[in-house]
Amino acid sequence: MSITLQGFRRTAGKRSERTTIEETRTDKIFLFGVKVMLWIALIVVAVPLIYIVANSFSSASAVSAGRVLLWPIEPSLRAYKEAFGDPLIMKGYLNSFIYAIGGTLISVTLTIAIAYPLSRRTLFGRNLIMSLLIFTMLFSGGLIPTYLVVQDLGMLNTRWAMVIPSAIGVWQVIIARTFFRSTIPDELYEAATIDGAGDLRFLWSIVIPLSKPVIAVIALMYAIFQWNSYFDALIYLKDPGLYPLQIVLRNVLILNTLTGSTTTTSLAQQLEQQQLANVLKYALIVISSLPVLIIYPFVARHFTKGVMVGAVKG
Amino acid sequence: MSATFEVKPAPSAPAPRQAVKPARKFPRTSRRTAAGRSLRRHWQLYLLLVVTLAYFVIFKYIPIVNAVIAFKDYSPIKGPWGSDWVGFKNFELFFQNPVFWTLVKNTFFLAAYTVLASFPIPIVLPIALNEIRNGRFKKTVQLVTYAPYFISTVVVVSMTILVLSPRLGFVNDAIGLFGVPQIDFLGKPDYFRHIYVWSDVWQTTGYSAVIYLAALSGIDPALHESARIDGASRPQRIRHVDIPGIMPTAVIILVLGVGNIMSIGFEKAFLLQNPLNQAQSEIIATYVYKTGLLNADFSMATAIGLFNSVVNLFLLLGVNFVAKRITGNGLWS
Repeated sequence: MSITLQGFRRTAGKRSERTTIEETRTDKIFLFGVKVMLWIALIVVAVPLIYIVANSFSSASAVSAGRVLLWPIEPSLRAYKEAFGDPLIMKGYLNSFIYAIGGTLISVTLTIAIAYPLSRRTLFGRNLIMSLLIFTMLFSGGLIPTYLVVQDLGMLNTRWAMVIPSAIGVWQVIIARTFFRSTIPDELYEAATIDGAGDLRFLWSIVIPLSKPVIAVIALMYAIFQWNSYFDALIYLKDPGLYPLQIVLRNVLILNTLTGSTTTTSLAQQLEQQQLANVLKYALIVISSLPVLIIYPFVARHFTKGVMVGAVKG
Repeated sequence: MSATFEVKPAPSAPAPRQAVKPARKFPRTSRRTAAGRSLRRHWQLYLLLVVTLAYFVIFKYIPIVNAVIAFKDYSPIKGPWGSDWVGFKNFELFFQNPVFWTLVKNTFFLAAYTVLASFPIPIVLPIALNEIRNGRFKKTVQLVTYAPYFISTVVVVSMTILVLSPRLGFVNDAIGLFGVPQIDFLGKPDYFRHIYVWSDVWQTTGYSAVIYLAALSGIDPALHESARIDGASRPQRIRHVDIPGIMPTAVIILVLGVGNIMSIGFEKAFLLQNPLNQAQSEIIATYVYKTGLLNADFSMATAIGLFNSVVNLFLLLGVNFVAKRITGNGLWS
């Protein structure tokens, strides 16, 4: 019954696609309106992005005069050279990579280690543990009590403070658990047990290879989160040598404290320094967002898929 | 790959081997022995759990215990438990502080505005996208509108500041064309909420739209077909097929937004804040940061944070109750 119905539906769908040649006039007008609206959405989102990129490739004087809109004026790479030559910015870049890669490794490992056991139906107490995790999403001790724990562990002002306190996201645990549950059949486990594999062996040799897509999604979520976060660094780090890029950016872009403050002598030099500072801001925005925006189009689809998987309640 | 290969022959494994452990396949035992059986059978998994649960105990549950310092006069030497009890003194001081109502008001209005503004637009965008054919234009719109979600808060705030800047930004140039004098948007408290909310809409609409796109693709195509055969126009099909189809998702998202109203994030408000717009930009989260880490008044900061957490918990529970009533489904099971 269901099969025939499905077959019918499919042909009916195809048929009507072919037979509805004419859209009515209201529909045509409506569709035109929809397209106009989407164009507006596209422009509203894209213009600020293009504006930033165009400014970053323009000359310092053109930027300071506010002459750049959507295309570079007096094209120049000066700002990029300056940015890549700045030791603090480069150090921040390096630190961010360290935190993103190290943090992601730790986070993914821990997330799998907790999500897999919780996905096993025969595990006693898994619902209790899940409730304990979900409770942490609803209620937290707050900023200072957490700070005190990090302090007591001696993590203040160390790289560990960047990767450990926010290592596991409950949301990611739910995504991974749902995936394991829906894609690893119990029969596979039974079969592996009969062949003499223990739980860990099964996890390592079967579950993980079969779960590459979800692991990739979770890893990217953690990596992007690490790359973009500044709050942990703001509260836990004091040493500028440990600052991730986002903190360096905040200092340069929002607090207006330029890093390479060479003592300038003449007024002309000061003016030039000021102009360079302006264009440097645009270049920094581009440089810092580039790694994420380059990988994003390739992962966007998986990203949304992962979010969807997590949205299925288990 | 080799691992899967190893396993494949297993289902046809010889019968005697299966017969050795019949209890494993059909565990039909009482609840009490189930715990012991599960422990014996899955000790390796429990080992993993112990290690990872330690994380949650240390970084999530110990802080909740540490929050007792809200009721104490915290001294770093005596530690959270050794410090002297002061009862509700910190809370009373905070409630009497003239800044209290300003903070609550600022937090509430900022969050409510965010929820209201960022609710309808992510619904309109996917419905519009759903109307047009799959093609390059559709993909481009999706890809571009989704992109800002991946940009960091620091960068989004910097972009906002640059674009709105009186000297450099194009917004002032644009309004200048209409003869409006330059405005220092970030220097005026009245603009703060608009800037916060609309930059948020700019950043998150594409991302939120994805959830609705999934809901739209879940609508049975037969509904659209029959509506079409009955002569429904596109706007009519949106009204009577699409919108009812995404309603449950929309309710959940709205309810979730309302439930999280008092937990509005620190990150963006703090970055957009400056001494000039503080009258409206100071919210509970930024005040906790300043009290706790800049003024080192740990007990007071914890008390304020705790107050906020408790209010938020009750909001979420209340909202979950409402959601259950409306949709028959809680936000969590």
